Amino acid sequence: MAKIPVQFTLNGAEKAEFIDGGTTLLNALRDKIGDTSPKGGCHQGTCGACSVIIDGELRLSCLTLAETCNGAAITTTSGLSQDGVLHPLQRAFLDAFATQCGFCTPGMIMAAKVLLDHTPDPSRDDVVEALSGNVCRCTGYEPIIQAVLTAARSNSQNAA
Amino acid sequence: MALALQTFSTVKDANAALKAAGTRYLGGGTLVVRAANEGDVSVSGLIRSTEPALSAIIVSGGKVRIGASLTMAAIARHPDLSSLAHAARAVGGPAIRNMATVGGNLFAPAPYGDFTVALLALDSTISTDDGEVPIETFLAKREDNHAIVTAVGFGLPVDGGFRFLKVSRVKPKGVSVLSIAAVLEQAPDGTVSSARIALGCMADRPMRAKAAEKALLGRKLTSDGIAPALAVASDGTSPITDPIATAWYRNEVLPVHLGRLLLA
Repeated sequence: MAKIPVQFTLNGAEKAEFIDGGTTLLNALRDKIGDTSPKGGCHQGTCGACSVIIDGELRLSCLTLAETCNGAAITTTSGLSQDGVLHPLQRAFLDAFATQCGFCTPGMIMAAKVLLDHTPDPSRDDVVEALSGNVCRCTGYEPIIQAVLTAARSNSQNAA
Repeated sequence: MALALQTFSTVKDANAALKAAGTRYLGGGTLVVRAANEGDVSVSGLIRSTEPALSAIIVSGGKVRIGASLTMAAIARHPDLSSLAHAARAVGGPAIRNMATVGGNLFAPAPYGDFTVALLALDSTISTDDGEVPIETFLAKREDNHAIVTAVGFGLPVDGGFRFLKVSRVKPKGVSVLSIAAVLEQAPDGTVSSARIALGCMADRPMRAKAAEKALLGRKLTSDGIAPALAVASDGTSPITDPIATAWYRNEVLPVHLGRLLLA
């Protein structure tokens, strides 16, 4: 089968690749483009480890075909830090010990970023709801929830 | 395995392409791409349509028409569909709701398909290029459906007339133990004049609780009033058994949760 061209913006940079038909965005990002921050967990839409932001919306890259993303703006966790400075969410996850094995962390951070982009001052319930599609088997969730709330406070202080 | 995706600007052309063996319609991907990821080799080609009508919500004169490509997130945030937002938000987490479509939900096997439970209680009609059919007819033969679902239609329930409950073990979101939707109308004296109750996970697809509906007529929504309906809530059910719950358990707890929904 002929290769299919795909072109999209990844973390602000133009990317173009030739892929096999039916290639998921997860596999295209990891195996073709080399961005391994989205993780392949369940491949069933259950764990959220592959979460990315496509045109401002949280999506599961394991269930998204790469060729449906032509022209889209895609954000992954690897694009959050700027000039070596961690994004407030990344910093908060480190400081709050919200990552243990780390496998779920990129998906958690993507889900949290979408929340804070739309709701800068979220309640605890808002955070729990925003993370409800992401599974963590290590932390018991509480440090993650606290990290997101801390990042929100950090953002609001920086904006003040 | 490579999958060929073909995109058509019209549903008519997409329907023609779907006649090829091994093709499936691609909505949000939460069912079809998942199947491909799991190694379902029966899927060799994917078809989709970008016809604008598939992504339109029309609310007019108390009637609602939701294009089949609309996602759960789009339904949940639509200002005219606030009475259904709870049911749309019951589907998955945020990422799933940004992808899962109303058309796809009609085909989701138990324990999924919670929004279809709501659509069944709402007495929806399902539209394809072949015409419209009642949702019960559609669900009974959904495996035989080869025409792309273009929209679902229903009448907006009166304020407070629509009730929905999803029961899951994981909070705030998890796979259903069961889900229940009900559209109730009451006479001025408080007795139930019309009842339509739909159940999820109590069969391999959403089903009506017809015995309970009948037992509610003329009764008040009190503990004593609903008792006859709860006694027959499990009539005709054939619940699934999965890692979430056994069929026995689902039948045991159905009257408890139906009672809570009716008394809420």
